[in-house]
Amino acid sequence: MEINSSLLKSDERAAFNLRGLYQKYGYIHYKMGKFEEYDLYMKNKDFLVSKGIITFTDTSGRLMALKPDVTLSIIKNFQPRPGHVQKVYYNENVYRISGGTHAYKEIMQTGLECMGDVDLYDICETVLLAVLSLKTVSANCAVDVSHMGILSAVLEACAVPAPAQEKLITCLGQKNIHGIQAVCEEDGLDWAVCETLCALCRLYAPLGEALRQLREICAGFDIGRAAGELEAVAAVLADAGCGDQVYLDFSIVNDMKYYSGITMNGFIEGIPGSVLSGGVYDRLMEKMGKDGRGVGFAVYLDQLERYGQTEKKYDVDTVLLYEAGTDPRRVADAVRALTADGSSVLAQRDVPQQLRYRRLAALRGGEVTCLEDND
Amino acid sequence: MKTTIDIALPKGRLGDKVYAMFAAAGFECPSIHEPGRRLVFENPECGVRYFWVKPSDVAIYVERGAADIGVAGKDILLEYTPNVYELLDLRMGVCRMAVAAPKGFRDNTETTLRVATKFPHIAGTYYAGRCRDIDVIKLNGSIELAPLLGLSDVIVDIVETGTTLLENGLEPLETIVPISARLIANKSSYRFKYQRIEEIRAGLSGQVR
Repeated sequence: MEINSSLLKSDERAAFNLRGLYQKYGYIHYKMGKFEEYDLYMKNKDFLVSKGIITFTDTSGRLMALKPDVTLSIIKNFQPRPGHVQKVYYNENVYRISGGTHAYKEIMQTGLECMGDVDLYDICETVLLAVLSLKTVSANCAVDVSHMGILSAVLEACAVPAPAQEKLITCLGQKNIHGIQAVCEEDGLDWAVCETLCALCRLYAPLGEALRQLREICAGFDIGRAAGELEAVAAVLADAGCGDQVYLDFSIVNDMKYYSGITMNGFIEGIPGSVLSGGVYDRLMEKMGKDGRGVGFAVYLDQLERYGQTEKKYDVDTVLLYEAGTDPRRVADAVRALTADGSSVLAQRDVPQQLRYRRLAALRGGEVTCLEDND
Repeated sequence: MKTTIDIALPKGRLGDKVYAMFAAAGFECPSIHEPGRRLVFENPECGVRYFWVKPSDVAIYVERGAADIGVAGKDILLEYTPNVYELLDLRMGVCRMAVAAPKGFRDNTETTLRVATKFPHIAGTYYAGRCRDIDVIKLNGSIELAPLLGLSDVIVDIVETGTTLLENGLEPLETIVPISARLIANKSSYRFKYQRIEEIRAGLSGQVR
């Protein structure tokens, strides 16, 4: 069956194209149920994007939840094998509180997870696929990356206490330089730490160029491994012709309890919020008792619902009026004839209110007569 | 042709002062002074379009991308926690979020503390940090009245000079957080209009006193 892509909505088209992209790179589709035991989310609640979870008691008395997240379920079911990397993609609905409305929302999400004996190639491929995912929607896209290992190196080398670390990470996430300065002053932190964090906060440039600046900013810190990973990613992206679409940005921060390496957010021009997020979550794997590393991302398809939408001039090409008691075969014949050229036809006994139609026709005595033509 | 930056300004006295900062930084829009009830003003030469909105709505316009940048009070940012960047402290509209109570008030820790406020999130977070059980009473105005009529034990509100508190027999007890106007930016706009937004931020930074 051929699919007429013009009939697909932006989010449906994106889901369709992303499925093709992920399969091309060998990712296997992972289908899940809608429910999961609540306990899984209770143990890892800080990992969730929103705190609210819809729960219910199932027939056997277990407290269940409508899935607010996909990654946790995939990790839970992951069976590690030495030397093996599991690569899966999914397309699922999740249920969580939407930031803007503070109400529960069903969110269509697609994404991929790569877990097990993950190496640098797998990380580079994941970032590349994040960029390519957004490019399937629009060429005007950007993926911003940062590395939690670099922030850890700076904060831990200066023995910044945990509460201050949390506040500083929040300020970095807001690009709030005055906030960083205030926290450093309040907590009596070393001026050099403050300067370094402010410089990281200001840093925003294409990955290749930004890495040179990063080496200077963090000259006194042990960021070798983390910077090396970013350099490998930058090289792979440059080779794939995506170098200009990936920026280094330390406002992309995730919870250090779960994320340890590269972390990323994706944006599409014209959509106000982030449409993609993900990163390396080795610490989450460890917390859930799984051997190996993990990296992945999610694309929030609900954000694409209104993207590139052009309002249709007509709801239907022809409204075909027929009188009560008309032989159904005559109406069916007329509809078949009118739809033969691919036009849409709505057969009704009366014109529906507020319907926008190209033509109004009537079936009288077996003949179709045009009553009104709006073209 | 410069990329146009949509800027949400808070209506009122603070908005006028903030616009003066933008103008002094080179982003003027003379039509904004024309009499009338228009809400949108554009200067294509400077690549800016201003619109006046209710102060508490600025963050919503910016978060949802209807405005690229805007100016909002820190109180609004803390209360509604919009997902935006906070690029600059304009050090304007300086005041503080404080706990206030009738003079001579003693916190009886044997009972739940009743707190009247327009800012339930800020009050809740503050007292949660102190493990103090509170009953938040959300009001929309005349907060000072609540302890006087026995509706609450204390209030959490914005204090500028403290005169209103004094006139109503109240006194500030503790400062929760200093407040001032902040330049905020939409996260997606920041990516795609980075240079222009940074140009404005740098211009305003030079105007901060």
